[in-house]
Amino acid sequence: MAMTTHIDIVSSESEIFSGSATMIYAPAEMGEVGIAPRHAPMLARLKPGEVRVVTQDREEQHIYVSGGILEVQPHVVTILADTATRASDLDEVAALEARERAERAMHNKTDAIDYAKAQKEFAEAAAQLRSIEALRKRARR
Amino acid sequence: MANEKEIRTKIKSVQNTQKITSAMEMVAASKMRKAQDRMRAARPYAEKIRNVTSHIASAHSEYHHTFLKQREIKRVGYVVITSDRGLCGGLNVNLFKKTINEFKEWDDRGAGIDLCAIGKKGIGFFTSIGGNVISQQSGLGDTPSAHKLIGTIKIMLDAYKEGRLDKLFLVYNSFVNSMTQEPNIEPLLPLHAFDQDDDLDKYWDYIYEPEATVMLDQVFMRYVESLVYQAVVENIACEMSARMVAMKSATDNAGELINELQLVYNKARQASITQEISEIVGGAAAV
Repeated sequence: MAMTTHIDIVSSESEIFSGSATMIYAPAEMGEVGIAPRHAPMLARLKPGEVRVVTQDREEQHIYVSGGILEVQPHVVTILADTATRASDLDEVAALEARERAERAMHNKTDAIDYAKAQKEFAEAAAQLRSIEALRKRARR
Repeated sequence: MANEKEIRTKIKSVQNTQKITSAMEMVAASKMRKAQDRMRAARPYAEKIRNVTSHIASAHSEYHHTFLKQREIKRVGYVVITSDRGLCGGLNVNLFKKTINEFKEWDDRGAGIDLCAIGKKGIGFFTSIGGNVISQQSGLGDTPSAHKLIGTIKIMLDAYKEGRLDKLFLVYNSFVNSMTQEPNIEPLLPLHAFDQDDDLDKYWDYIYEPEATVMLDQVFMRYVESLVYQAVVENIACEMSARMVAMKSATDNAGELINELQLVYNKARQASITQEISEIVGGAAAV
């Protein structure tokens, strides 16, 4: 029997996947990473894209994540998926908004921020499209 | 003796109120069930990120994050989670009482206090007593989304990172069971020591991608956010069950009130009949 590792994929609002896998591919920020069982401990940031999990019976599970954190321990892999699209500048916007509400002050400077937001949304949409396309191809076969 | 018609209208109005409160009770009961489910759904993430954070704390990283360091306390921050709506018994008031007691202690020790209010009731209360509310969020609804909280919490975390706050607390109602909710004050930052995981070898560190500072920062931020999100979800479950109980007792009280009024009404009715009869008898005798 092939060596396996346990994988949990969770988002703050629900549990997405839990089970054992022989291989896991995840879209890390610095390029896709493949994780085999007994991989060295690793902590990586994920970008929007799909996580592929090869289960024991050689089936591939495709799970779309919009970013998050990947933690690898030799026998456990944890993916903490973000439910919302996150970018540091977007976080900044949210923080600004909350502060503004608190100060009851109105400002109108959204140019740079909207641009960043659009880019992020675009990246996410593109990743989603890729996953859909991959699914279609498989369905045709 | 009050007149019959007056009492009748009063009974009618109490009955109408009773209908409303009993409807609210039922609504709260069904929302409570959903809120409890949501509370359970949020648990795996909280558990997993807790594990990861404790692994990090036991890893021998060269980089020590500010969230792990204890500092001398000059200024403290409170993230206070309350409900948006009232009619939920003493839920918010109990929470405020406990919080204010703590504030007083900090005040006596000469520490300043900054607040982050989540929920309309808290915002209203703390602005009225003159608290220094530096960030606020309301209107999360019954199904709060985690990303609405990000900005609100970030202000507090930034303040902590920049050294404007030396300790951060989380205040919320914890759900004991559907009859009991307890106001709860928990320290958020600095992160307390975790139980060491025995399975892990003594000297090891992660491969970080990108570098450790960025990664640790993000993991800790997410950890705090998940704690706050969990608290918000739990607070909603508390709100619903508190409302359910409050509305149930309101409905019961209305029932009692109606019974009492019914008695008064019967008496008044009887009195007026007696009076009429005696008038007729008196009139007949006079003839």
